[in-house]
Amino acid sequence: MLIKKDDDVKSSEITDEKLYHGRRKFIRGAILAATATTTGLLYRKLAVPSREKSNADSAKSNDGGKSAGSGYLTPEGEAANKFEDITNYNNYYEFSTAKDGVAEEAKGFVTRPWTVEVSGLVHKAKTFDLEDILRLSPLEDRVYRMRCVEAWSMVIPWLGFPLSKILEQVEPMSGAKYVKFITLFDPKRMPNQTESILPWPYVEGLRLDEAMHPLTILAAGLYGKMLLPQNGAPLRLVVPWKYGFKSIKSIVQIVLTDKQPNSTWSDVAPREYGFYSNVNPQVSHPRWSQASERRIGEWGRRDTLMFNGYGNQVAQLYSGMDLKANY
Amino acid sequence: MPDIKFSKSVVFINSAVPLVLLGWDAYHNRLGANPLEFVTHTTGTLTLVFLVLSLAVTPLRKLLGLPWLVQLRRMLGIYAYFYGCIHLLCYIWFDKSFKFGEIWQDTFKRPFIFLGMLSLFVMTPLAITSTNQMVKRLGGQRWNRLHKLAYPAAIAGVLHYYLLVKADTRIPVSFGIVLALLLGYRILNKFFPSATQRIPARNLKVSKSD
Repeated sequence: MLIKKDDDVKSSEITDEKLYHGRRKFIRGAILAATATTTGLLYRKLAVPSREKSNADSAKSNDGGKSAGSGYLTPEGEAANKFEDITNYNNYYEFSTAKDGVAEEAKGFVTRPWTVEVSGLVHKAKTFDLEDILRLSPLEDRVYRMRCVEAWSMVIPWLGFPLSKILEQVEPMSGAKYVKFITLFDPKRMPNQTESILPWPYVEGLRLDEAMHPLTILAAGLYGKMLLPQNGAPLRLVVPWKYGFKSIKSIVQIVLTDKQPNSTWSDVAPREYGFYSNVNPQVSHPRWSQASERRIGEWGRRDTLMFNGYGNQVAQLYSGMDLKANY
Repeated sequence: MPDIKFSKSVVFINSAVPLVLLGWDAYHNRLGANPLEFVTHTTGTLTLVFLVLSLAVTPLRKLLGLPWLVQLRRMLGIYAYFYGCIHLLCYIWFDKSFKFGEIWQDTFKRPFIFLGMLSLFVMTPLAITSTNQMVKRLGGQRWNRLHKLAYPAAIAGVLHYYLLVKADTRIPVSFGIVLALLLGYRILNKFFPSATQRIPARNLKVSKSD
């Protein structure tokens, strides 16, 4: 056994008595702080919606879109939702299945060059460059309600033109009864397309009269600026009286057909999502009621409106139809 | 011999961290575009997390030979119930505005709501009987049998989550896999106890002949 000689340890090296008695407290405090920090970081990684990053984007739009509305109102006087909310709460599974994660994942999505092929039962099939499409008709502000099938909604100030303008260009044949739309399929640019969450590419369809309706638009912008990737850049459909998933994004192909086209959500869950998917408070989703919705930005819930409040303009398209059977 | 009081305070503080951060983010309006949905969803997930953690105690203490871990289990279970109650309150308040007639209808019309209600309903007697007094009143054997209700509570919770998702079932399925492993351990442990647990040396019975 080694017995230290007195002069091996300097007296100045002797630990202060207070520290010595408090050493266990110090260690415990350090463990608490370290574990709490780790837990906090883990929570931040897994749970927090990445709202901070959007501040740069919101600064780009005219008044920042910080105040809801910023002058954009529906004909009924409802103010548009904040730009920051519209661009950071998206269902776009090609990029992410987290609504607040799409913006980050979709950053840098390249939308030029972009073409849209319009074909099928038409006399003048054509592949349009995006620039040609945007010259077909003056772009208009269309402030529409958007009702998601998940029972939340927003008011969105789109910038677009009637879909009928592009359909007229290709001259649909008399046998054409439906319009099918197809999104881009490119797993290199849309990372989630490597996962089989939905069968890619995303497809949707409308009856020809729904497609030709003046409310139906192709949107290229939002709040007066070009669409951001998370909102379906560079070109997307907007059909405001139907659930949001019908408003297909990042369109590359439009096909006129005589048979009712399939649509992605109908393929995935046919009992839950139908071809028509008109907003209808009386027809519930099998798993939840559609009678009310949460308007983003509000604390209470609103009653859902038949046809999302566009009934006076579109109800006649469905006269005589059983909307429960044709959900 | 670990300081159990300290271990409990570590668990207590860490388990409260998500709640504190939720409150902090709520105060600074940093809960995203749909804050009510975010709080509902997060508290629901936390309920499942703590249920799973409480069910992980027994496999861990047996595999690692650390019997004292069991003294942390009650706190984990109570936190699960706590977050579960907040989650239920979110639904009742934010989604249903306290319209109990609608809530009753929802519960029996929507399977995923029924499963969620069932899970919390089953956890309630567990929370009530979590005290030392209750353990004494029920007696160890009865208490243990009652608290096996944690298994169906967790299963119902995972199914509740799975059924409300639209297409991306990866997270509820992951919870399901973890839960299956934790419950599977108990089955294995019943039939192969020597293989699934490490008995600490001081607990080994030394035969009289030594």
